[in-house]
Amino acid sequence: MRNRVDWPAHVVLVLGVALFVLPLWLVFAGSTQDPAAIARGELSLIPRLEGFGVFASILRDGSPGTGPVWRMLLVSGAMAVSIAFGKIVISILSAYAVTFFRFPFRKAAFWTIFITLMLPIEVRIVPTYEVMSDLHLINTFPGLTIPLIASATATLLFRQTFLVIPDELVEAARIDGAGPWRFLKDILIPVSSSNLAALFVILFVYGWNQYLWPLLVATTPQLDTIVIGIVKMIGTETQTEWNRVMATALLAMLPPVAVVILMQRWFVRGLTDGEK
Amino acid sequence: MERRTIFPGTAFPIFLVLPQLLLTVVFFLWPAGQAIWSSMTRADPFGIRTQFVGWENFQDLFTDPLYMDSIGRTVVFCTSVATLSMGVALLLAVCADREIRGRGWYRIMLIWPYAVAPAVAAVLWILLLHPQIGLVGRALNRHGVAWDYKLNSTQAMAVVIGASAWKQVSYNFIFFLAGLQSVPKAVIEAARMDGAKGWFRFRTVVLPLLMPTVFFLIVVNFVYAAFDTFGTIQALTQGGPGKSTETLVVKVFRDGLINLDVGGSSAQSVVLMFGVIMLTALQFRFLGKKSDE
Amino acid sequence: MHRRTLLTGAAALASVPATSWAQPAKTKIVFWHAMTGANGDEINRIARDFNASQSSVELEAIFKGSYPETLTAAIAAWRAGQAPHIAQVYEVGTGSMLAAGPAVKQVWQLAQETGLKIDPATYLPAVRGYYSLADGHMASMPFNSSTGVMWYNKDAFETAGLDPEKPPVTWAEFAAAARALKEKWAVPTNAKAAGPEVMATTTSWFAWIQLEEFSAIHNLPFASKADGFEGLDTELKFNSAAHAKQLQMLLDLAKDGAFKYTGRDNTPDPVFYSGQAGIGFGSSAGRADIVRNAKFKWAAAMLPYDPAVSTQPNNTIIGGASLWTMTSKTRTPEEYKAVGQFLQFIAQPENDALYHQHTGYVPVTSGGFEASKKQGYYDKTPGADIAIQSLTRGTVTENSRGLRLGRLPEIRNIVYEEVEKALQGQQSAQTALDSAVQRGNRVLREFEKSVRT
Repeated sequence: MRNRVDWPAHVVLVLGVALFVLPLWLVFAGSTQDPAAIARGELSLIPRLEGFGVFASILRDGSPGTGPVWRMLLVSGAMAVSIAFGKIVISILSAYAVTFFRFPFRKAAFWTIFITLMLPIEVRIVPTYEVMSDLHLINTFPGLTIPLIASATATLLFRQTFLVIPDELVEAARIDGAGPWRFLKDILIPVSSSNLAALFVILFVYGWNQYLWPLLVATTPQLDTIVIGIVKMIGTETQTEWNRVMATALLAMLPPVAVVILMQRWFVRGLTDGEK
Repeated sequence: MERRTIFPGTAFPIFLVLPQLLLTVVFFLWPAGQAIWSSMTRADPFGIRTQFVGWENFQDLFTDPLYMDSIGRTVVFCTSVATLSMGVALLLAVCADREIRGRGWYRIMLIWPYAVAPAVAAVLWILLLHPQIGLVGRALNRHGVAWDYKLNSTQAMAVVIGASAWKQVSYNFIFFLAGLQSVPKAVIEAARMDGAKGWFRFRTVVLPLLMPTVFFLIVVNFVYAAFDTFGTIQALTQGGPGKSTETLVVKVFRDGLINLDVGGSSAQSVVLMFGVIMLTALQFRFLGKKSDE
Repeated sequence: MHRRTLLTGAAALASVPATSWAQPAKTKIVFWHAMTGANGDEINRIARDFNASQSSVELEAIFKGSYPETLTAAIAAWRAGQAPHIAQVYEVGTGSMLAAGPAVKQVWQLAQETGLKIDPATYLPAVRGYYSLADGHMASMPFNSSTGVMWYNKDAFETAGLDPEKPPVTWAEFAAAARALKEKWAVPTNAKAAGPEVMATTTSWFAWIQLEEFSAIHNLPFASKADGFEGLDTELKFNSAAHAKQLQMLLDLAKDGAFKYTGRDNTPDPVFYSGQAGIGFGSSAGRADIVRNAKFKWAAAMLPYDPAVSTQPNNTIIGGASLWTMTSKTRTPEEYKAVGQFLQFIAQPENDALYHQHTGYVPVTSGGFEASKKQGYYDKTPGADIAIQSLTRGTVTENSRGLRLGRLPEIRNIVYEEVEKALQGQQSAQTALDSAVQRGNRVLREFEKSVRT
């Protein structure tokens, strides 16, 4: 439309980007430096070339007190993916049920799910632990993921999407003889694919960043997630290998950031759809 | 908000909703019930001796001036975090929504921080802001700014607000961008033809259309500021100096996980739970109304 | 009937080789700890050594987060019947653990049941005292212990015209040194060379070092009922004139810029080792960090005392953590025996000495101290024994064996809050302490009610 460069917008955006990139750069530069210098607060913004070996070293061996970083990344990845998929599946099913069917206690079921919408896990951590232990899920991968799969946020989002699906589409499907199962599989899921993508991003990030629950429920080092690994590396009353902490923090950021960036297009669109 | 077309059958939908319901009951309702029960008891951390005390824990809470201060402080904190992060995000989203060069790149650079783990962000802030070892903190002191959030309540509050808002800007940005993109271009074009300019056009045409997003984000940001900022505050100020950055969630975590005061912290959890339910109801009402339209 | 017996007999025979001919089944025990970084590795080292030292027990060491997180996890696990065999609990959690009744098996009970030989007399009195009952029975196993010391920057002392070999011994001398450091060392010209912001003095662990340790050294009660050892109806006493005078001195120094408060708990540690403070009070366990990071000459000294309050300074009290034996419905006598074996293992002089030398913690037994002496450890690392000297000075009194207060972490937090207000000029030293005592007493009453049926 206009050929003139929109300077004010550029200035604002560059400042905004700097606000986010500078701390990241600090972590990157810090990961290549001498840990003692960082501990003294002499953090330089210029990366040290000879310090790059730290990445290979933490991937292979981790840091004092932790296992190798590659394994923790794997656990985090498996956990985040399981949580994201689990949540999406159970939410899509329940949202489908409450929007397209009439059954006894539908309202009750619906409110049961919603009333607990945002009760954070930290508030209910001790009783939840007792349930897990009764189910013999302490120290297992399902124990790590299942309690986090229970959430109403995704159900709410799907319900919003399903509500705005035109009645004509449903009628047409019924005239074609599509049963409820086929309708879900062939029409509903494809139609809400961008919401699925958006939710996947949100839930993946959510799962990846969990800290308190994995700490409590998983006791073998084999089940350590990367976030727990970082906390383990930060020494109390002992030296902290700050360069390793920063390198690990950087590697820990990569997968969720990659998911966000790669799915950015669907992410934004999925949210727009859900909003309308 | 009800669909007109529905499928017949009873067993099938119940089967569909069962997994979600089961998880909700086992991992939400039951623990929530436990929390309500504990809030009316006085118990040692191990649960060996439990005595029913009725409303005593709640009475203690609401007669404690420090708790009332904490409520007020939390409101100030949440409002500031929401305003700051939404304001910055809206400004960025408006700029990124313009027809400018490199907007795709800008978007990516503004969205990624959404994925940063709170535990990582906390470390980052210490390395940046700590008055003695932080990069920015040291620079400020070197240039004659008396930067000391460990002993300056105002600075401490500013630090925790800034750090908490930072983490939420991306999230808000994404929603604002999505909201802006759904504003029909024809509407803006029409406003332009009418001679509406810049800020005026934004305020009278775009902002009203964006209001649903704004309302939604206000609720989300409040819940975020109220609940998900514990790690940030704990890492930076531990609620100090004095009690100047102790929000309700910091207090509930301290009393529950560090001070091991089961009854008192449960009572606080219940208070928070009601707060969340009210916010949720608000959000639900608002979302419900919107889908009626 | 006859046939059946034969059959069972055969079955029994068949199963014998599996259990007794092959390796005997090891008793597995689990140990939850809160040690990160190099200290976490050291725990793994101990677990390995213990497992290699015998063939009947296998110990698994598991990190469970920070001290409070480990304690919360252990409590949640106990409630669910899944408690670890051993949990590392910080010293300020001792009061809560002692009130845990059936959840824990105290060391003396464990000794009685399993025939484990643990002689309280081999432990340093100041260490043993903290984890013992009023009658001398040991409740938990001392493990990683440290004490408050005064780290000082020798280079700074020289610049300030102070004798680097003569650190301040009394608080008055400390105040004079702080002012000298402020006048001659922490000045802008030096600041450029040493770092951007240089301060005369600072302290880590304000609540522990400036109030709890201060009380112990001067034989003042921190709380009534022998610091809580003799009853849950104890009341805080740290608002005496002597305490207020001490806090007032720090407030005055802070006003003059000769002392700076730089945060709670151990967060101020980096301020000293980065060379930004001439004197930094801290835990003796911070030694490893200083060794690795400090680019200046430094040394440690005992915490100063005030001759006006007491001419006979006493021992300091410990910080750190101890090991608690936890119970569970399904736990067998073999498992308790295995726990006993491990506790005995870490108490052996050579193991105690090794742990002491590998970490910044003090040896908890006199045997460990003697062994380290014999190995020439203190000749190689001068000053490493300051903490032990400090812990063994004078005789342990009821005011210096430790604190037995429920919810002590919360009380420390209250102290921080009130002191921070005083340092901001919002209240006087006496008001701050009065208010901390008053609020702390409420916490103690609440705790008392919660553990009493």
